[in-house]
Amino acid sequence: MERLLVVSSSPHIHSPLDTRKIMGWVLAALAPAGLAGVYFFGVRAAAVMAVCVISCVAFEYLWQKLTKRTVTTDDLSAAVTGLLLAYNLPPSIPFWMASVGSLFAIIVVKQLYGGLGCNIVNPALAGRAMMLTSWPVPMTTWTVNGVSGATPLALIKAGAISDLPSWTDMFIGNIGGCIGETSAAALLIGFAILLYKDIIKWHIPVVYIAVTAALCALFGRGAAPLQEIFAGGLFLGAIFMATDYTTSPITTRGQIIFAAGCGVLTALIRRWGGYPEGVSYSILIMNLTVPLIDRATKPRIFGEVKKHG
Amino acid sequence: MKLPTFWGGIHPPQSKELTVGESIVSYRPQGELVFPMAQHIGAPCAPVVAKGDRVLVGTRLGNNDAFVSAPVLSSVSGTVKDVTLRLTVPGTFETCVVVEDDGKNELAPEWRPLENYETADPKEYIKRIRDAGIVGFGGATFPTAVKLSPPPDKKIRWLIINGVECEPYLNCDNRLMLENAEKIVKGTVLVMRLFPEAKGIIAIENNKPEAIALLNETVSKSGAENITVQPLAVKYPQGAEKMLIEALTGQEFVITALPADVGCIILNVRTVYQIYSAIVEGLPAVTRIVTVTGDAVAHPKNIRVPQGTMIRELIDLCGGFKEQPVKILAGGPMMGMSMRSLDVPVVKGTSGILCLTAKSTMLKPIRACLHCGRCVSACPMGLVPTVLEPLVHARQYKRFEEEGGMNCIECGSCTYMCPANRPLTQGCRDGKASVAAMRRKAAAK
Repeated sequence: MERLLVVSSSPHIHSPLDTRKIMGWVLAALAPAGLAGVYFFGVRAAAVMAVCVISCVAFEYLWQKLTKRTVTTDDLSAAVTGLLLAYNLPPSIPFWMASVGSLFAIIVVKQLYGGLGCNIVNPALAGRAMMLTSWPVPMTTWTVNGVSGATPLALIKAGAISDLPSWTDMFIGNIGGCIGETSAAALLIGFAILLYKDIIKWHIPVVYIAVTAALCALFGRGAAPLQEIFAGGLFLGAIFMATDYTTSPITTRGQIIFAAGCGVLTALIRRWGGYPEGVSYSILIMNLTVPLIDRATKPRIFGEVKKHG
Repeated sequence: MKLPTFWGGIHPPQSKELTVGESIVSYRPQGELVFPMAQHIGAPCAPVVAKGDRVLVGTRLGNNDAFVSAPVLSSVSGTVKDVTLRLTVPGTFETCVVVEDDGKNELAPEWRPLENYETADPKEYIKRIRDAGIVGFGGATFPTAVKLSPPPDKKIRWLIINGVECEPYLNCDNRLMLENAEKIVKGTVLVMRLFPEAKGIIAIENNKPEAIALLNETVSKSGAENITVQPLAVKYPQGAEKMLIEALTGQEFVITALPADVGCIILNVRTVYQIYSAIVEGLPAVTRIVTVTGDAVAHPKNIRVPQGTMIRELIDLCGGFKEQPVKILAGGPMMGMSMRSLDVPVVKGTSGILCLTAKSTMLKPIRACLHCGRCVSACPMGLVPTVLEPLVHARQYKRFEEEGGMNCIECGSCTYMCPANRPLTQGCRDGKASVAAMRRKAAAK
């Protein structure tokens, strides 16, 4: 019997939460926002999500097969990237563009840097940024209930505060915008799921949203702080994108600095930038600072006094 | 009330219910017993008996006069059958004395209670503790006589009796406290004679309410003034030396320092029990309580066995295996050592035999690090395991040292938490061993 014994170094038990389960819970937490997207934008939103998820998983599979690596699509991380990318696209985006965006996110941003855990920026956001630069018009055409119109953030930017949709519409997501970003209510349900299952901690989303709200008010944008945070992709970005493990700092202290940085950049872009929305670029820029933040916020080693310099 | 604890740590499933209600049963081994000469931290013993010698319970089988050492005593009476290499717990062959048990269980004549022990010079205790072969029975097996002889300039303010038992599955200390509370308290009183200025704290994790209540009652009944029973929050590794001192005294200390440097001495409950036994009852520390448990064992038990008993006999006593074990460990699941054979003897540091099935070991493939930070939140030492492990892998030992890798206490919390199943603790252990080897090599030059 003992011939079959495994001999290894301790510890010998593991927490049941593994990569695949974490990604599964992220997908589950994203589901309410997806359902809201389909409800408000119609079946085409579901089709965009399907295209992105299938493309991302397929590109990861093909890349790993072609480069003779272990295929890791079963960890569901590519599916998460695909779904997040779809949530960042307008429902009317042509399918081929969504597919090219997925290709960029998975191959260029994720796999070329070494795959899961090695990318320096969030793949879904980088994919969206690439698409926004390449196809600015299809990427900023918003339709809701068959009518195209300006997003709340564009209205705020233009100073047309009185034209803003009602509070309830902004909260439940009945406004123009990307598929997964408009329903703050659905995204908050997702946040609750992530917190309950201990997938993320509260610090990044709360600090990010609070700093953005405070600074937008301070910069005198005219809209009420709640209108600012319900508008645009702030909830989606703060809850699901800025909390991406790989591209956020490792310690709580670092995460607070990171989130505050995201908030400052978002408010600056919204107030003075060329775009109405600044969430994706703020997160992408702050992603690049993560190695520095990690170095600066190393935990204090037990028993050691903090070294200078 | 918020119970004292430390920073970091994890909450693995306790799995103590398998044996928590099992009273300690005594077992008499059959046939031969095997006594490895290296059973403690410090200088290993050399055999002082030869083939054919008659030995009694408490007869010295091995000794070393080095300061940091403890003798190895026979746990049975019988004849020395051989002095040879035998397989031991770590899977290596070590010099062992093999004794054929005659079943008479005759105590060696030199073992008598210490006369007038209540008024005797406490220095006598130290000698007795060493002679009885007492080491830290919590698992680290540091010779207790050495621990109780701190340099005179170190003022000992706390004597901490460790009944935390934070390792999942194990119940040997818990059962000992439930069944021998009085001897533990009396042993503590004896040790406190060595450190009259110290405050005695019996620390128990709050998942053992019966032990806490019983010891509280015993302490107040004994009239010992300077001893308190302190419940601690349930969190692994609460029983680790540094975490225990942090929780109880709020002090931290660097890796190179010893508890005595911050005025603390920590003894396991089993160690205090053996001290009492050696001084008052005149018995050598030759038995050990072993929790035989795990989901592969038919009838898990807490067993009092003479040291040197073969582990296979204990498994048989527990009804053998009901399921195929995948790992058999000496110790708990977090820091225990996995064994490749059951034909190894129980030694001073064997606190448990844990037989895990494939289901409970959860052997899973190693995946890429997600940078999720769970290891960082878990590390009680404030390290970043996900940075340390790749450094060891790349053999960058200098950077490993700079990042504080030598501080790792190998508690296993980071590996337990890692969703990608990365061997983080294992990496640090490897790194520490490599650095230590390089230091030894440099010192030898």
